Amino acid sequence: MSATETKQKVVGKPALAGFPFPSCPGCQHPVVGRMVFEVVEELGLGGKTIVVIGVGCHGGPMFFANIDAILAPHGRAPDIATAAKRLRPDALVFTVQGDGDCVAIGAGPFIGALTRGEKFTTIMCNNTNYGTTGGQLAPTTVMGQVTSTTPKGRSSELGGYPIHTAELAATFRGTAYSARGALTTGAWYQRTKKFIRTAFEKQINKVGFSFVEVISACPPNWHLTPVECLEWIDEVAVKEFPLGEFKNLGEIT
Amino acid sequence: MMAEKMLVQGNEAVGWGALSGGCDAFFGYPITPQNEITDWFAREFPERGKVFVQSQSETGSINMLCGGAAVGFRVITSTSSPGWGLMQEGLSQIVATELPCVVVMVQRGGPGAGSIRHAQMDYTCVTRGGGPGGYNNIVLAPSSVQENHDFVALAFHLADKYRNPVVVLTDGLIGQMVESLEIRSFDFEPLPEKEWALRGRDEQKDKVRRFLHNAPGILPMPLYPNYISFLKHLEEKYHKMAEIEVRYEAYHVEDADLVLVAYGYPSRSCKRAVRMARDEGLKVGLIRPITLWPFPHQAIKNKAIAGSIFLVVEDSQGQMVEDVRIASENRGAVHFLGMWARHLPTDGGMIMPGIVLKEIRRLLS
Repeated sequence: MSATETKQKVVGKPALAGFPFPSCPGCQHPVVGRMVFEVVEELGLGGKTIVVIGVGCHGGPMFFANIDAILAPHGRAPDIATAAKRLRPDALVFTVQGDGDCVAIGAGPFIGALTRGEKFTTIMCNNTNYGTTGGQLAPTTVMGQVTSTTPKGRSSELGGYPIHTAELAATFRGTAYSARGALTTGAWYQRTKKFIRTAFEKQINKVGFSFVEVISACPPNWHLTPVECLEWIDEVAVKEFPLGEFKNLGEIT
Repeated sequence: MMAEKMLVQGNEAVGWGALSGGCDAFFGYPITPQNEITDWFAREFPERGKVFVQSQSETGSINMLCGGAAVGFRVITSTSSPGWGLMQEGLSQIVATELPCVVVMVQRGGPGAGSIRHAQMDYTCVTRGGGPGGYNNIVLAPSSVQENHDFVALAFHLADKYRNPVVVLTDGLIGQMVESLEIRSFDFEPLPEKEWALRGRDEQKDKVRRFLHNAPGILPMPLYPNYISFLKHLEEKYHKMAEIEVRYEAYHVEDADLVLVAYGYPSRSCKRAVRMARDEGLKVGLIRPITLWPFPHQAIKNKAIAGSIFLVVEDSQGQMVEDVRIASENRGAVHFLGMWARHLPTDGGMIMPGIVLKEIRRLLS
């Protein structure tokens, strides 16, 4: 590898990433996007991919990416992906969704796709709040976390308890793969990227539904600096949402 | 070649019509009185190598329709009134993304869960788009089993022609009745390939990525530099539909002093009432709108100018009657015979020819 190639690989932009969609300083959604682009490029499937973009900040990196894309109504991406994958079974079809998109307003479509064992992939960014609308309570908000609709912190009386999406997805028989990653260190970047690659491979091998949740920092709505966000993920978020693989099947029987 | 003829139910004719229209996939959720449609596709589509998915809800069906249309296939769903309500967000989204699809809506009584029998109480919400944002869908109204087949096939063509949803608005009676059906093939005008559809970049002729956006112009795009330019584009499309897609049947209208206006099952009662009235020497005709949107305003207006009066017969509290009033431009009196004229006060009551004739006699006496 030449010095230029090395530089491109380390600090350059993946070829599939298009014009950068604006995001807040310290936001990790573009990093999730970058990881997805890197994996799709490594698999050599950029020209065979269709992404269904949910509603929320997580979708930004996909807007101008050099892959076919459609915007879904809020929460409905799994329905659109269901039809796209069934009608174009040879395409790599995935949804990019936030936690609110996937398991609040979109819980019905998500559970529907899991129940039917649809053979597409969902990448869910979990930033434990509604980032786009200004930081409200999400199903994933951790206990005591202050949001604009839980000004005194999440309490079980008002907001119940956090949902564990990766663990939930793993319980479905039609699910081939489910994992949760984070982006707090270089090592976790590499592990999470491998989760995404494995998820796509499950789809390519037509095993079943595949799911990756990524804990993603949201500095403005967490009211923390980007570095404090990484500490908060390590100290608080990961205690509620443990990292790792919850299911990894070569075949569903 | 002899056309194949069979005795089938109206709901099943929808399935045969979808086959004649080149449909690739069905997505639906069970609801009475359209369950035979869902069952038909479950039975007939997989064995033909086509896609059938029973969705988790009507919001699921309509968004699956969005996905299937987005990747370039001919897709259909069917529902009844409460399910239609659930579909509106998705339908509005499909319009905004400019995707073609067919929605068969077998009306039942409302509001709310309502009855599970026939009614025509959803005319207004279906002909005015239905969801947020101000848009139009072509709405076709069959009045027989044969037309359920023919209009579904036509709907696929019109949907592709305009990249817009087309609604086939029928009712529990047309859906449940059994009549003879001739499977026909249609020679619609050829349409361009769906070069806009998502296939994966490699499968595109120009190898350029496709991005299906639900608000083009908000982010400036080559085709739509701003949002208003996109809304104007939609508006031009609706004007074109209104100009060239109006369809209606005129029955003994030429010399009529009184023109009945009815669609769907009541139009059949009206036809019979016209014949009975003619036997009595009364000059009565029927205009049966086939497209409820675009509405045949001009045909009504022409009769109003010629001095006719109108009797709108619809199995509702009065919805299409508003369109007839608008079309007549206050020239001829517009009378109304609605669901209070049903032969029974139950959900199974119907508007029979006899009561239509009685009203004709009263108005012409």
